[in-house]
Amino acid sequence: MAAGLAALNRVAGVTALDRLRVRRPVERGVYQATRAGFRTLGAATRAFGVASGRGVRPGPSRLPAAAERSLFDLTPTEDQQLMRAAAADFAAEQLRPVAAEADARCQPPEGLLRRASAELGVNHIAIPAEFGGGGTERSVVSGVLVAEALAHGDLGLALALLAPSAVANALVLWGSAEQQARYLPAFAEADAPGAALAVLEPQPLFDPLALQTRAVRSGAGFRLTGVKALVPGAVAAELFLIAAEVPGEGPALFAIESDSRGVQIEAEPAMGLRPANLGRVVLDAVVLPADSRLAAGPSYRDCIRLSRLGWAALAVGTAQAVLDYVIAYVNQRYAFGEPISNRQAVAFMVADIGIELEGLRLATYRAASRAEQGRSFGREVALARTLAAEHGMRIGSDGVQLLGGHGFVKEHPVERWYRDLRAAGLMEGAVLL
Amino acid sequence: MPINLEVPAKFRALLKQSHDVAVEVLRANSRKYDRAEHQYPIELDLLAAVVDGLNDSGAGGTGAAGVRRADATPARGENRNGSNLATVLSILEASWGDVALVLSMPRQGLGNAAIASVADEEQRARLAGVWAAMAITEPGCGSDSAAIRTTAVKDGEDYIINGEKIYVTSGQRADAVVVWASLDRSKGRAAIKSFVVEKGTPGMVVERLERKLGIRASDTATIRFTDCRVPAANLLGSADIEQGFAGAMQTFDNTRPLVAAMALGVSKAALDETRRLLAEAGIELDYDRPALTQPAAAATFLQLEADWEAGYLTTLEAAWLADNNQPNSLHASMAKAKTGRCATAITLRCVQLAGAIGYSEHALLEKWARDAKILDIFEGTQQIQQLIVARRLLGKSSAELK
Repeated sequence: MAAGLAALNRVAGVTALDRLRVRRPVERGVYQATRAGFRTLGAATRAFGVASGRGVRPGPSRLPAAAERSLFDLTPTEDQQLMRAAAADFAAEQLRPVAAEADARCQPPEGLLRRASAELGVNHIAIPAEFGGGGTERSVVSGVLVAEALAHGDLGLALALLAPSAVANALVLWGSAEQQARYLPAFAEADAPGAALAVLEPQPLFDPLALQTRAVRSGAGFRLTGVKALVPGAVAAELFLIAAEVPGEGPALFAIESDSRGVQIEAEPAMGLRPANLGRVVLDAVVLPADSRLAAGPSYRDCIRLSRLGWAALAVGTAQAVLDYVIAYVNQRYAFGEPISNRQAVAFMVADIGIELEGLRLATYRAASRAEQGRSFGREVALARTLAAEHGMRIGSDGVQLLGGHGFVKEHPVERWYRDLRAAGLMEGAVLL
Repeated sequence: MPINLEVPAKFRALLKQSHDVAVEVLRANSRKYDRAEHQYPIELDLLAAVVDGLNDSGAGGTGAAGVRRADATPARGENRNGSNLATVLSILEASWGDVALVLSMPRQGLGNAAIASVADEEQRARLAGVWAAMAITEPGCGSDSAAIRTTAVKDGEDYIINGEKIYVTSGQRADAVVVWASLDRSKGRAAIKSFVVEKGTPGMVVERLERKLGIRASDTATIRFTDCRVPAANLLGSADIEQGFAGAMQTFDNTRPLVAAMALGVSKAALDETRRLLAEAGIELDYDRPALTQPAAAATFLQLEADWEAGYLTTLEAAWLADNNQPNSLHASMAKAKTGRCATAITLRCVQLAGAIGYSEHALLEKWARDAKILDIFEGTQQIQQLIVARRLLGKSSAELK
């Protein structure tokens, strides 16, 4: 009986699949994004190459570390305040209002990424002038402030917006001169390519220092096989940086253009982060040239750390959104003849959200500030991530709890934040500051 | 200046000194005075002289008097790292040595912090060098300081004080006590003022010393005032009832980060020792590997350290705001709430991680777990801090959110 039902289920699924496959192309994207298990080929449409006239520079370009600071200071620079305000405006006007629909469609609205690129220049400040960007020095704190402000609008959309800059940042930090010349100019353009940093794999207790994805030496290059999970914008990405273990040499990133033979994309909608159009990237014996590797050796740990820092920053922004929302709600919601915020059981929960959020925010800032000053920052990132995982989850849960039944329905955004905040404790890669 | 959350380089020498004192004097006498409750720690006299010298040298930031706010607001773009930050950091270092002895440090009482916070110039000059304890709590009132029954009645050029105060830290050893009393019990908290009562004033009697769970090196006194006459000039701040409670409460904005720093010092002591013991047992923490792929002891430790860090940075923020003359009431309470509850949680968990070594008097972990609890109680309990934070965040009055 059970076996029969399982077979029926399978057949029904296939039938539905066949029927839906002939849907008009305009609906295909939505279908792909919301339907787990649908496989497609990579979406590369452009030919990356060293632009004529630019050529390959003799060595890679890196942004220098910021100067070491002597005083304790929590005031952002004037530039950072402007940048943060611009991101906050963008988040309030262009992210929050469309977040619920993007969550349902598992896609950002048409044109949003282009507008973000034009109005915020997220990639621009990360890319050195030689490649058409405006970056002059490492600014991890600026990255944190922008990620935080965007995630206050919506975490999933913020992820969609920031995913390509993770790749640009990684190329600036660790790319070879050839890799930089081949890829970076495209990221400085208005029509930047879809791209993603893929580290996470679909296995329990995933450890980015013990990858199952393998890049085996083969001829002059590598042959890479493995599966990457929850990759933002995977279906539309043209370039991936894939974390893989080189046997005997350790983990590193590999630049893989998405139209390479052996690359398949599978939609992977998840509990949250849905506007980021998550996908699984299946890599089957992908043949890569020797110069596809970057961030080997100690740089790989920095990659993991700077990515976790990004998740902590995103958690700060969304946790702040929860706090702002519940304050307004518990003050206007009446029960037993007075606002529910007059009760300690409610008010103390709000106080604890505020207290834990402050600690998480400062821990994130400290890690970012140490990173951009060229100080060690592994410990500080680990602590910020731990706080983001534990207290971020708790804040998401308390946000729903404080709204009661209203928190559980999609009329209010707190159920989305509940789903999104859980990600901060388990995601690896995807963003990188 | 861009964002930076590191200890400023200019404090390094000061903190090195604090650390040396913590190791050589405070930690070295830790167990001795935990066992000999109520015995005066004579080692502190010499140390207090050193601290006085440091304060006079202008190095600043070594004791309770460092909490005074700068009078001038910083210019736009100016960033001060001043005595509030220095004090918090050096108290943290010292409390890593022994928090009970820090609380017993001559001339560094909480009364001194009150004097530094609310006294006028004349009073500060007159009271310089006086060791002042703080007397607020009564048998019938703790957190609810508006319910204070001790009275101060004007009589010519003096006030006559009557009432009983309990839990007065250093109440027996200090040269003077800052007493909270009501000028008019019908006027509620607005009528509460603080008075400096010098030791030996007729009518002031230390009735007994408490025997306690922790901080046993610090004496905790019950003091009775019976028709105790003090000069009107000893009233701190303004005598005007209309001026209200705010002045008295301002002391707390300044002292709560100090208690938070004590909580951080005790819990750091426990974390450092536990980390050493775990390493001996073959457990090394790898910050880059996911906690869940490491031994449970390492994952637990990481969680404790993360919560410590959150409290540490919130405390530095509260002190930094004070240095820059910005409101810090919310942040002071956040810091006190976070560090207070974490100090208990961290030290108790470290006892468990270390097992018999943690629980035995052979080591100090059990003592730190006993010492830590008071830090979530005095200068405003955990629940009072949550009330303050909640009222600030929600925009509520104390009448609305009780």
